[in-house]
Amino acid sequence: MSANPFFDPSLPKRHRSARRFKRFTAASIIMTLAFLFFFLFDMVRTAAPAVWQAYVKVDVTYNEQTLRFTRKAVDKKYSKIVSRAWLRTLPKQVDTEPALMNTTVALWVLADDQVDQYMKGHHHKLKPKEVTTVENMKENGDIELRFNAVFFSQGDSKIPENAGIQAALIGSVLTLIVTMMIAFPIGVMTAVYLEEFAKDNRLTRFIEVNINNLAAVPSILFGLLGLSVFINLFSMPRSSPLVGGMTLALMTLPIIIVSARAALRSVPVSIRQAGYGLGLTKLQIVQDHVLPLALPGILTGSIIGLAQAMGETAPLIIIGMIAFIPDSPESIIEAATVLPAQIYTWAGMPERAYVEKTAAGIIVILLILVALNATAIYLRKKYELKW
Amino acid sequence: MNLSGNFQPRIKIQSRNLNLWYGDHQALKQIDIDIHQNKITALIGPSGCGKSTFLRCINRMNDLIDHTCVEGQMVIDGKNIYDADVDEVAVRKRVGMVFQHPNPFPKSIYENLIYAPLKHRQVKKGNDCDELVETSLKKAGLWNEVKDKLHTPGTSLSGGQQQRLCIARAIAVKPDVILMDEPTSALDPISTKKIEALMMELKESYTLVVVTHNMQQARRTADFTAYFHLGELVEFNTTEQLFTQPQETLTSDYISGRFG
Repeated sequence: MSANPFFDPSLPKRHRSARRFKRFTAASIIMTLAFLFFFLFDMVRTAAPAVWQAYVKVDVTYNEQTLRFTRKAVDKKYSKIVSRAWLRTLPKQVDTEPALMNTTVALWVLADDQVDQYMKGHHHKLKPKEVTTVENMKENGDIELRFNAVFFSQGDSKIPENAGIQAALIGSVLTLIVTMMIAFPIGVMTAVYLEEFAKDNRLTRFIEVNINNLAAVPSILFGLLGLSVFINLFSMPRSSPLVGGMTLALMTLPIIIVSARAALRSVPVSIRQAGYGLGLTKLQIVQDHVLPLALPGILTGSIIGLAQAMGETAPLIIIGMIAFIPDSPESIIEAATVLPAQIYTWAGMPERAYVEKTAAGIIVILLILVALNATAIYLRKKYELKW
Repeated sequence: MNLSGNFQPRIKIQSRNLNLWYGDHQALKQIDIDIHQNKITALIGPSGCGKSTFLRCINRMNDLIDHTCVEGQMVIDGKNIYDADVDEVAVRKRVGMVFQHPNPFPKSIYENLIYAPLKHRQVKKGNDCDELVETSLKKAGLWNEVKDKLHTPGTSLSGGQQQRLCIARAIAVKPDVILMDEPTSALDPISTKKIEALMMELKESYTLVVVTHNMQQARRTADFTAYFHLGELVEFNTTEQLFTQPQETLTSDYISGRFG
């Protein structure tokens, strides 16, 4: 056998190091995924119990006395088993349905959070006597875990079994609507001006550098700006989605501008030239040919900016959207809280029952973010043009 | 090339002492040309000689480039288009342009053709548009190929068809002059042949000015040829004269392939 003319003694070593490098890169991906899965798994595991909530079947008496001292509406042994929050609604129930007065009805009602935690096998503070009562009820089928509708139909509460994310969810939606109404048109217009109309001179370059810097400013500073300008200077309502939305709009603006400019720049120059060659004005070209082509990119960037604003907490804490706000806002000038702020509040609560609610809130926010990003990808894929 | 005082109906475009600077760089130097109506005038020369720049002066496309400065006159139909009272948008409507790479709008063939005429209020929506689409496509020799798919995207056509669509689109706004910037350099020989045949037909109705890298193309199609070199107009004559009896050594060197 003749000698191999292609033999190179250094090659095996080089191939080995290439393989090593490949393994390193793969390992980092695996590590990232492992962290992500661990986080998701832990969150879902913690949040899962929040899907269910304990309900008990008790006799409820409606009369003058029990309406005043609602704890007396149920048998004494059940007074710590039934939710205080539910008992407080007795007078309201009679208001809406007067026929209930002076009757005793067997009802399935919300259980106290300690009972709920006991049923779920978590740490609880029930006294031995109460544990016996619950065990008896279990045997009689008078206690069960049901779907936790309260979580989606109630606002925040200091009574854990009565706390939900509805107020925060509505607050978030209102805030984001304000954010988009302000940031999207201003951002897109700015991008159009800088890309299509502005001459390349010192002033434009200065503006450009500053917009890029703005994107890197810590979000809490925007909160301070919102506090001093919107609330102190213009006396806008504190804690309101209006101020929150405006503050987040400042933060989202640079993201929208940068992504919209990139989208506009990716529209081929030949399209603009074709328009000019036909004697069209700049407005006609930008409005009818350039913007529609850039729109998917602009939308994608805006949605990503929106998602970022949605998860933002720090600036909203500064402008007071972190306060205890149990009622859903009905307009953008009422006090409101937002999802991440709600999660932050719950995370600091001492009761064990808030742990699962915190995790459930995180899952909800993650689902919304995933949905937003999926929309962005969908829009990009749908309107993407091949040249 | 001398401007006589009398009115010459056959001369469509005259440039007089035309100078152009891109910043500090002078790209055109004292260009004087008379471009004849209903003729094809070819602009040839090596890369960077200013032929495309000159072409873009005829419809003021250079105005779009920052730091461009034009001096001198470009007279179309007796009016200097660089006068202060002339709107460059109106100039470009009368002087259409076809580019090196076919650039149909990413819309349907139909919309490609009617968009600009609608904006210029030359037609109304409806039958007017249908007619315009048909006549424009027929003039561009594309009607038979696309009449059944007018509502498919213009970008789905082949390169040569796209270029003819761009010509049809330019025709649709009823210009007097059509400028072509290397219209066939991105096309295969068969498409090129079709475009050249089309150019010969179009000169019946329009004045054509064509920049080309291809000397054979200039020879085949053009009535007049201008040879540019380093921003100067070296020679301008009938194509016949310029290719058979060039007056300047630079011209003869270029057309015989000694450089370029």
